[in-house]
Amino acid sequence: MKTVIHPFSRKENPVKFKKKSLWLESWKRLKKQRAAMIGLSIVLFFVLLGFLSPIITNQPYDGFNPEKTLISPNSEHWFGTDDQGRDIFTRIIFGARISLWIGFFSVIGSIAVGAFLGLLAGYYGKWVDTIISRFFDIMLAFPSILLAIAIVSILGPSLFNALIAIAIINIPTYGRLIRSRVLSVKEEEYIMAAKITGMSDGRLIFGHILPNSITPIIVQGTLGVATAILEAAALGFLGLGAQPGEPEWGKMLADSRQFITTAPWTLLFPGFAIMLVVLGFNMFGDGLRDALDPKTK
Amino acid sequence: MKPLLSVQNLKTHFFTDNGVVPSVDGVSFTVNVGETLGIVGESGSGKSVTALSIMQLLPSRKGKIVDGKILFQDVDLSKLSDKKMRRIRGNEIAMIFQEPMTSLNPGYTIGNQIGEALRLHMKMNRNEAEQRSIDLLKEVGISRAEKIVRDYPHRLSGGMRQRVMIAMALACNPKLIIADEPTTALDVTIQAQILELIQKMKKDSSTSMIMITHDLGVVSEVCERVVVMYAGRVVEEASVRTVLESPSHPYTKGLIRSIPRLEQDVEWLESIPGNVPIPSEMPTGCKFASRCEIATDQCMEEEPELYEVGPGHISRCFLAREVKNAITAT
Repeated sequence: MKTVIHPFSRKENPVKFKKKSLWLESWKRLKKQRAAMIGLSIVLFFVLLGFLSPIITNQPYDGFNPEKTLISPNSEHWFGTDDQGRDIFTRIIFGARISLWIGFFSVIGSIAVGAFLGLLAGYYGKWVDTIISRFFDIMLAFPSILLAIAIVSILGPSLFNALIAIAIINIPTYGRLIRSRVLSVKEEEYIMAAKITGMSDGRLIFGHILPNSITPIIVQGTLGVATAILEAAALGFLGLGAQPGEPEWGKMLADSRQFITTAPWTLLFPGFAIMLVVLGFNMFGDGLRDALDPKTK
Repeated sequence: MKPLLSVQNLKTHFFTDNGVVPSVDGVSFTVNVGETLGIVGESGSGKSVTALSIMQLLPSRKGKIVDGKILFQDVDLSKLSDKKMRRIRGNEIAMIFQEPMTSLNPGYTIGNQIGEALRLHMKMNRNEAEQRSIDLLKEVGISRAEKIVRDYPHRLSGGMRQRVMIAMALACNPKLIIADEPTTALDVTIQAQILELIQKMKKDSSTSMIMITHDLGVVSEVCERVVVMYAGRVVEEASVRTVLESPSHPYTKGLIRSIPRLEQDVEWLESIPGNVPIPSEMPTGCKFASRCEIATDQCMEEEPELYEVGPGHISRCFLAREVKNAITAT
């Protein structure tokens, strides 16, 4: 039998050239990770809860209702009520807004400052690096939650100040991470090639070095949202974050401490909410790391 | 005629923990308008450091030009401010690298990277830059340039990437292109194509070029004049023909002899024994003496200067004339 192989089939260009960005490819890899997708669903679920909170429930999240104090979960109050007679389900849903808000914005804040300092330290080296790195070291020398407590005490306890404090204490984490990336990226040949085109330092740093150093920051940032939410809850628990009335999960835990034996639902549900959202971010972050890590490609 | 680039007594030293390393130690040469100059030498002879000195892109912490002038169109590049130097880089002097696989930023499209220099120096907008990028890609022989321009580097082969690098270098019509071993990382068939492309580019424009290589084959194909470097110094300079036919420095002779020849059936390939001496342990006399077959006592003690052995032909060897005549005799 003879098989004839046509060495040159003259079909015109059967390959479709789709514009395929690096992000799209990472998303494809991410989709294959089940844990990451579960994590993402949990996160999106809470985001949705936060956005739709006034639609999901028509009860007020604050106020005093003496007739309804400490009711156990039933069909009217799914998660029961607390000592002030407030519906816990409602408070948890509104609390999602607070926690996610603190989580996202504190991380964005620390990344913005940390990445900027890290870029400068890594790129310029020498005394710039020494000053910035020592600054990071000094900050890391304090236990982070103590530092946060100190900052909030100076600024005065409020939700926004808690956010600022959490953002500040996390700066060195991101700063060091990006600095170490910059140190290796700046030695790459394409950076030299970019220098050869006569680019300014600013353009080189933000246009070429930053985009190539950002992936570990994205991963760390996702995991960092979880940490930030926990820290916010901790500050809330200590009375330094959310103020009375605000449905912050950590604050809810603190306020219900005394009812742990008589009305455990007042603690259980906020606790579960914290755990679930932190779990979601952690699972998503881990998956993201695998998807964005070039070594696993 | 005035030369486009004139390097005079350039000394670039590296300050390391183990002392000062004179990587380039008193190098002088000129490049005329439209000319291609080859710089040949082994690894560690200071070729690439010379190129980086011209571009003022030495690793800032350690490398420093300690003496000498780099006159480009009568302006000393080593005295220019950073800002003025940036206007020259990529615009008037462009560079092609050895490693096309890693010289493109993986995060940007091809068009974006070629266009960057255009937007920077020629003040083009995005569309103009993309259009010009497509034209450039076509010029360097990339088919489907309209598609490639929007592709990311990881989709291109080494040869294609080197073409892209050449397109980037050509983008702003530079007066001088420095090619630092542009074919070393490519396989042989692609090497030939790239060399052909470089020659075509040169013919089409009046661009001058410095071709840094260790491959005398490349030199014979594209260069007009050759500077042979050894241990941070120029050891011989002449036209390509002269260097290949009657070299007058034992080192050049050794380099030529170590090219394998097809017509001869030999058991062993020739090579120059030994290595380039480590810069921190430089001998006092001629730097090549320890590896030289014909070294005399004088070579061990004194360092030879550059002697003129013919019109436009200089050699750093006490026995330059003898070496030259010996070769022509055989």
